[in-house]
Amino acid sequence: MTQLLDLGPHAGFILASFGITTVVIAALFGWILADHAALKGKLAELERQGVRRRSGARPSGTPS
Amino acid sequence: MAILDLANPTRFLSLAQRLLPWVSVACVAAFVAGLYLTFFVAPDDYQQGATVKIMYLHVPAAWLSMLCYSTMALSALGTLIWKHPLADVSAKAAAPIGAAFTFVSLITGSLWGKPMWGTYWVWDARLTSVLVLFIMYLGLIALWRTIEDPIRAGKAAAVLTLVGAINLPIIKFSVDWWNTLHQPASVIRMDGPTIHASILWPLSVMALAFTLLFLVMHLMAMRNEILRRRVRTLQLHAASARHGVATPQAAE
Amino acid sequence: MSGWVWALFLRELRLSVRVGGGALIGVLFFLAVITVIPFGVGPDLNLLALIGPAVLWIGALLATLLGLDRLFQADRDDGSLDLMLMAGRPLELLVLVKCAAHWLGTGLPLVIAAPVLSIFLNLEPLAVGAVTLTLLAGTPALTLIGAIGAALTVSLRRGGLLLAVLVIPFSIPVLIFGVSAAGAVTREPAPFLTPFLFLCALSLIALVVGPVASALALRFSSD
Repeated sequence: MTQLLDLGPHAGFILASFGITTVVIAALFGWILADHAALKGKLAELERQGVRRRSGARPSGTPS
Repeated sequence: MAILDLANPTRFLSLAQRLLPWVSVACVAAFVAGLYLTFFVAPDDYQQGATVKIMYLHVPAAWLSMLCYSTMALSALGTLIWKHPLADVSAKAAAPIGAAFTFVSLITGSLWGKPMWGTYWVWDARLTSVLVLFIMYLGLIALWRTIEDPIRAGKAAAVLTLVGAINLPIIKFSVDWWNTLHQPASVIRMDGPTIHASILWPLSVMALAFTLLFLVMHLMAMRNEILRRRVRTLQLHAASARHGVATPQAAE
Repeated sequence: MSGWVWALFLRELRLSVRVGGGALIGVLFFLAVITVIPFGVGPDLNLLALIGPAVLWIGALLATLLGLDRLFQADRDDGSLDLMLMAGRPLELLVLVKCAAHWLGTGLPLVIAAPVLSIFLNLEPLAVGAVTLTLLAGTPALTLIGAIGAALTVSLRRGGLLLAVLVIPFSIPVLIFGVSAAGAVTREPAPFLTPFLFLCALSLIALVVGPVASALALRFSSD
């Protein structure tokens, strides 16, 4: 892949910056998804304990 | 009056639920186009060679770090002045994303600086003010994490965000006020961009991709915040109910 | 016997990482101190490279002291410190476990952050390695010595500042050997191993003196 596009003498720096950027964005995205899953789990858990929200009409307010 | 409708968390959640798939697809498409343009279309710089490709990460990340802080400043105004109930949720959700973009902009800048300037870091006006912005982001996240009650934390963070907003013009004009090693602005200028279209186009597409990415992550982080507050109120509610404390709920 | 030790260790770790815990505040303070220094001293990279190790060490010392007043204060406020005292467990071991958890939450992040921050001070790779190694050997001593101060000032209302004043004199030897070992790499004739071994010795001494003295201080402060 690299010889297809000649990244020149400083190829290492270019690939490093693209790599680190991908890692940081992937970590952030992963954390947001994991946080979402954990919160859904807690909500379901509270749901099972029969804890209702004041608006209680619909199940715990999260639209399906 | 769409803005007012957003005030209700449940309506915001349903809107976010509908909006997210479209924005995500647009974001992925923009990234694919941007990366293709960056690697296969954009010409090499006559001096820097291919190293100029780092610009397509560095510049959008820097723009996003400031856009993110501006969103937080706007949300801070929303919390303190317009009392918008979702403003502090938006501010708290944007902080980690802004910190990540600032970190990326600092790292890519440093990796670009090593081959071009010969050093990873120099105490230059632009670099230092962006580092201060990064510390402010971390300070805000720390502040959010130390105050238990979200409403009080929201107000405290809003004040700190507004105080810190003075740093944004300093970053923007640091290259003009001091003679910095970092080059002056070449896109957002009074007399229009000074870059050739062949480089400006990939940069704009990458900037669009980064902005869409911010939108996606911000919406998802806000959704998490709303759920986190729901869990907290439910737990408080359950705890008080279990101890037979007479809460209005129990009175019905 | 080790059942309660492990339980206490995990409790301390969870408390320090949770909302309101002091775990990462130390690193943020460390980053702030390192960022402020060039504003005062000036952006000249050669000068920064010269004073780099000293700045990193002083920053680490201040950051450790900053987080130490939480070591016993939080437990004393909600009464769990008295329970621990009455539990009849060896108090020295209890203090050692709390110090270990505190070091993991506050000291270790400093050591991990040191290489990144030394880029701001323009240290060359060899010096970065030396500073990180000396910090790894030295920060436990700072935490253990600081525990004595924390135990002494636990019953005082604003003990945090007094703690720093009490503890800094005891941490001077650690600072001297730490900085001389870290700086030896750049100044050719100066040996690295000798001060480094002294530093490790100091940490081992603190491993004994710290818990014993803190336990003694806690017993006096309780009754």
